[in-house]
Formats: sequence, structure tokens, C-alpha cells
Amino acid sequence: MVHPRPDINASVLLLRDGLASLLQHLRDDGYLVVGPTVRDGAIVHDQLRGIEDLPVGVGDEQAPGRYRLRRRADQALFGYAVGPQSHKREFFPPSIRLFQLRRGAGGPVLTPEPPIDRKLALIGVRSCELQAIAVQDRVFVGGHHVDADYASRRRGVFVVAVNCGEPSGTCFCASMGTGPRASGGFDLALTELLSGGPHRFVVEVGSAAGADLLARVEHAPASEADHAAASAVTAAATANMGRHMDTRDIKSLFYANQEHPRWAQVAERCLGCTNCTLVCPTCFCSTTVDTTDLAGATATRERRWDSCFTLDHSYVHGGSVRPSLRARYRQWLTHKLASWIDQYGTSGCVGCGRCITWCPVGIDITEEAAALRADVPVA
Amino acid sequence: MPRKRRPKLAVWKFASCDGCQLTLLDCEDELLAIADALQIAYFREATSADVGGPYEVSLVEGSITTADDAERIRRVRAVSRSLVTIGACATAGGIQALRNFRDHAEMLRVVYARPDYIDSLTTSTAIAEHVPVDFELRGCPIDKRQLLEVLSAYLHGRRPAIASHSTCVECKMRGTVCVMVAHGTPCMGPVTHAGCGALCPSYIRGCYGCYGPAEAPNTAALARGFVQMGVSEGGVRRYFHTFNANAGPFRQEGLSHGD
Ligand code: SF4
Ligand code: SF4
Ligand code: SF4
Repeated sequence: MVHPRPDINASVLLLRDGLASLLQHLRDDGYLVVGPTVRDGAIVHDQLRGIEDLPVGVGDEQAPGRYRLRRRADQALFGYAVGPQSHKREFFPPSIRLFQLRRGAGGPVLTPEPPIDRKLALIGVRSCELQAIAVQDRVFVGGHHVDADYASRRRGVFVVAVNCGEPSGTCFCASMGTGPRASGGFDLALTELLSGGPHRFVVEVGSAAGADLLARVEHAPASEADHAAASAVTAAATANMGRHMDTRDIKSLFYANQEHPRWAQVAERCLGCTNCTLVCPTCFCSTTVDTTDLAGATATRERRWDSCFTLDHSYVHGGSVRPSLRARYRQWLTHKLASWIDQYGTSGCVGCGRCITWCPVGIDITEEAAALRADVPVA
Repeated sequence: MPRKRRPKLAVWKFASCDGCQLTLLDCEDELLAIADALQIAYFREATSADVGGPYEVSLVEGSITTADDAERIRRVRAVSRSLVTIGACATAGGIQALRNFRDHAEMLRVVYARPDYIDSLTTSTAIAEHVPVDFELRGCPIDKRQLLEVLSAYLHGRRPAIASHSTCVECKMRGTVCVMVAHGTPCMGPVTHAGCGALCPSYIRGCYGCYGPAEAPNTAALARGFVQMGVSEGGVRRYFHTFNANAGPFRQEGLSHGD
């Protein structure tokens, strides 16, 4: 059945069934449909068979070092804030093989890895997440050296974004200018409406591919009231951010405070466990690992996630450049919030709050940054 | 075709449960490749037979708990080009090192009907406290993939690709939901050496610390976290004093919490 094809940038209304058939069309078109689902007490990303796999009626509560799911009073499909995994594992997987070398008669034979060939659709992508993907795009494909693996995973991804309605206690995208409403980088962006009518979604069309898909799904024009309700969702989310980051002169704040006593204090609490960096959707550090088989016939090079919190990460001849936790914590925060701006033109932080929630001891980067500001030592 | 010279491998046992050396036999799929690459010249469980040698690589399991063993490990070292210790007993003293914190004579009385038959040292200590060790492979028991990696590395003269960061790295790479944060379950992962692939959290259990202290662990900060989660002082001590009780940072942290 053909429905009117909406214009790019237009908004239409979709019911719950419409969303279900939208996902079905993506699957029929050969997409691997990945989105939020409940597993082991959290909302993680996995392959979706249909909307029944979404976290129906599930919300979350987040605080520094604490995450709990909760049952909602409604049947919301997207009534939660970001979980432990970002979409970075889709494009920058925890470990990949870069190549293999085999001993051949005429010398070593190199087998490169084939490029990734898949059609991926991401469902429920939040604004902070889209901004994080844009940050990683700059890192992996935006410069002179294009990461071929990242590029092949990233190509042709279909994105269904969701504008946040209920930020968590650790969210602060509003103060980073990265949310809660998706401003681009999507094919379709949904705002879920749970009251004032049936369970429905205002859908903003972001691309021709998005418009084409909608033309195959039953939808209706969005009314003035629906538009107003969608704006109210964003306004409420903006007003309910759990945290705030003051970004004024943030680069000079960090550069001027490298010897601030706060670094030693946070180092007393920090475990150096790496969780903050591994959950961060923009952190991109990796290490290369070379191994051989027992026979010595094959050598393999892998790329694995690494973190500025490991000693090996800054190991150069004779030792680690940042042997103390103080130095390692300072490196993470200074790069993320200050020197990233010099390097890539934006902050390395999109305010998703994951590093706060998933720090086992609840270290809060907004609090650490504020401490530098509140208590500038006399030189 | 003449058979290539295969380096000689020896496997030695000291005070231990045999679990780590059995990991070698557990390498079913790889056993042929191992036997092809290495001559397994000495591998008998529970023996004090002649040392022989020399050996290119010696794998040593178990801790030093008797005066005889303290002597025997020197002989093993003397005939081994590379000496690799395997498992928590050999690298930290094992669970039997719990006696290091108690009255040895009293423990003998409690455990044995005839304590006078027992001739043991008052402590259980790691091999590296007695002789120089080339590489320590951690775990209780060790991980099979890591053992194969260490053997391959020694065979081909390279550094083993064994990371010494926290277990959390493996946990996050695996995509496991953190049990500390999402369930309020105390977990030793943040201070524990990686190697197992973060097995326990993947079954929604806290890490037990089988692989001993990670590089530069902040044990005090984790212990404070455990107390905030409601763990008693004695409970904190027991988290740190298990298979790796005598490994420096775990020993110290455990001792700073009451029984
Ligand atoms: S630094 Fe923390 S809040 Fe900012 S993007 Fe990374 S994980 Fe999210
Ligand atoms: S800030 Fe938290 S998550 Fe990050 S390394 Fe320190 S303890 Fe781990
Ligand atoms: S479950 Fe344990 S090992 Fe895994 S991230 Fe949490 S604290 Fe670390």
C-alpha cells in the first residue's frame, strides 16, 4: 500500500502499529535492525525482531554509580535514558582482526580483512548519541588517515532517532548543547507521545531514505496539537536534566589548573578501572596486539579497545608516562573537556552521563569540573 | 624429512591442587600442536623425582610450603632457561597462604590428627620470592587461551600478549552489564588482573579476584565502595583474602580490615 511520501524536514504522525510495520519493512529490506532491549537488569542494544523486543513500559533510574530499571505506569517504548552501551560498538568494535600473516614459500603472505558488508539500521538513537557518532566520524574518517574498517561499518546506516522525554539523573546534554532533541544525522526522528490521544509518534523526516520508508507505512499528518505536544516533550526533558556542566572558558579552566589539588583528591577515589572511558561514546583509544600460533606459521594483528587509565596505554621505553592515577584521571578529563576542542574543534563530551552512572564508585565529571572552577588555587 | 628440533618443556608441581597443570591437558584441540612444537620432557603430577634437564621452558605450579620445596625450586631454576609460574599458588602463594596470617602450630593442631607428622614452613609463598621468574601467568585456575599464548610467545621469542589491566576492561568488551552498578553486587573486577574474560559478571556474579591484583590497583577505594554497599569489615577482608591473599595489595587491604 502506498501512502503519501512526506517531504524532507516534514513531520507526520505514526501510531504504534505504524512503527511496528516500519521496523518490519527495514527487516524485509535486509537491514540488521539493532535497538534497545532489556537484558540482565539494563537496557542494552541488540538485534530486534519487532517492537515487542523494545523495553515496553520500562524506565530507568540513574545516579552516580547506580542504575536500576523500573516499571513505568504506561506502555512507553522509549521511556528510558541511555543505557551502558553506546552505539560505538557497532562502528568501533571492542576487538577486530586487522590482518594475518602466513609463512609462504616466497616470504610472508598477508591476508587483509575483508571490508564489512552489512545493512545496519539503528533504532532509538538519542541526540547525544548522534552527536557522539559525529565526533567519532571526525576522529576515524574526518582527517587525512581514514580508518577503512570504521568507514565500512558506518556506510549506509539507517538511523531512527528518538527525542528524549525523560532524561536520567546523570544526563547533561542540554548544557553541552547536544540534546535532548536530535538536530540532524538521522533518517527519521521520533517523539513519543503518551497522553492527549492514542500512543503515537511525531516523526520528523531527515532524509530521502526516511521519506521513502514512510511512504510504505500508514501514517497521518501531524496536527498542531501533536506538534505542540512534541515540543512540550523536549521542553520538559530540557528542564529535567539531572546534571549541568558549566562550559564557559572550559579550555582555559583545565589548562590553568593542571596542578589543582582536586586531582589528587579524585585519585584517592578513582579505581583506574577504565569503565568511564569504555562506556563513553566518544572515547576512541585502542591498542594493537600481535600474536603467533604455536607452530610459528601464522601471525595475527588485532586492534582492541584501550583506555588512558591503563598503564600500558602511555608506556614508552622504560615505563609509563602517567604512572599515577592522578595523572591518568587528569589526562582523561583534560582531553575530554579541553584539549579535544583544540584537536577536533568540539568537546569530547556529549553529556550522556554514562561515565557517571557506570563508574563503580560514582565519580561525577560534572562535579570534578565544577570543583576546578569553584576553588581555583592561588598561584 | 628430518624432524625439527623441538624445545623441551617441563611442568613442575609444588603445593597446589593440579588444576593449572591440568589446563595443559585441557587444551584438547591444541594438544597435537603443542606436542608438535614442544617436547614435553617432564610432566608428572605429584612427584619429586629427578630433575634432569636442561629445559627451554619450565612451567611451575604451586607455592613453596616446605623446606624441601624451597631447595627443589632452586634446582628447577638451575636447569630451566625460562621459568614461567602458573596460577595463584605459584604467583601469590595460593589459598594455602591464608595460614600466613594465623598461628601455624595451632592450624596444624586443628587440621591434622598427628601434627607431629607434618613438616612444613609457617608460610606459603610465591615462587618469585625464592628464585627469579621470567613470567607470571595469573589465575585460579589459569586460562587455557592465555597458557597457549605464553607458550607461543616463549617458543617464538616474543613478549606474551597478556594485559595486566583490570577485569572491567574485559567485562565491558564483552558487553556485560556491570553488576556493581546495576545490581549493587560487590565486585572485585576493578582491582583484579584481567585474564578470565570477566566470566563471573557475565553470570551476574561479582568477580572473586581469582587473577590477583591488577596493575596499580586502588584497593582502598574499592573497599570503601564495598562498605558503602553494606559489606562488613570482616566481609571486606574476606573479599581480599582468598586465592591471592598473599599478593601484596590484596594482603595489605585485607589486613587493614578487622576479622
Ligand atoms: S565524558 Fe561521560 S558524559 Fe561525556 S560523553 Fe563521555 S561518557 Fe558521556
Ligand atoms: S573515574 Fe570511575 S569509572 Fe573511571 S577509572 Fe576511575 S573509578 Fe573507574
Ligand atoms: S561487573 Fe565487575 S568487572 Fe564488570 S565492569 Fe562492573 S565492577 Fe568491573
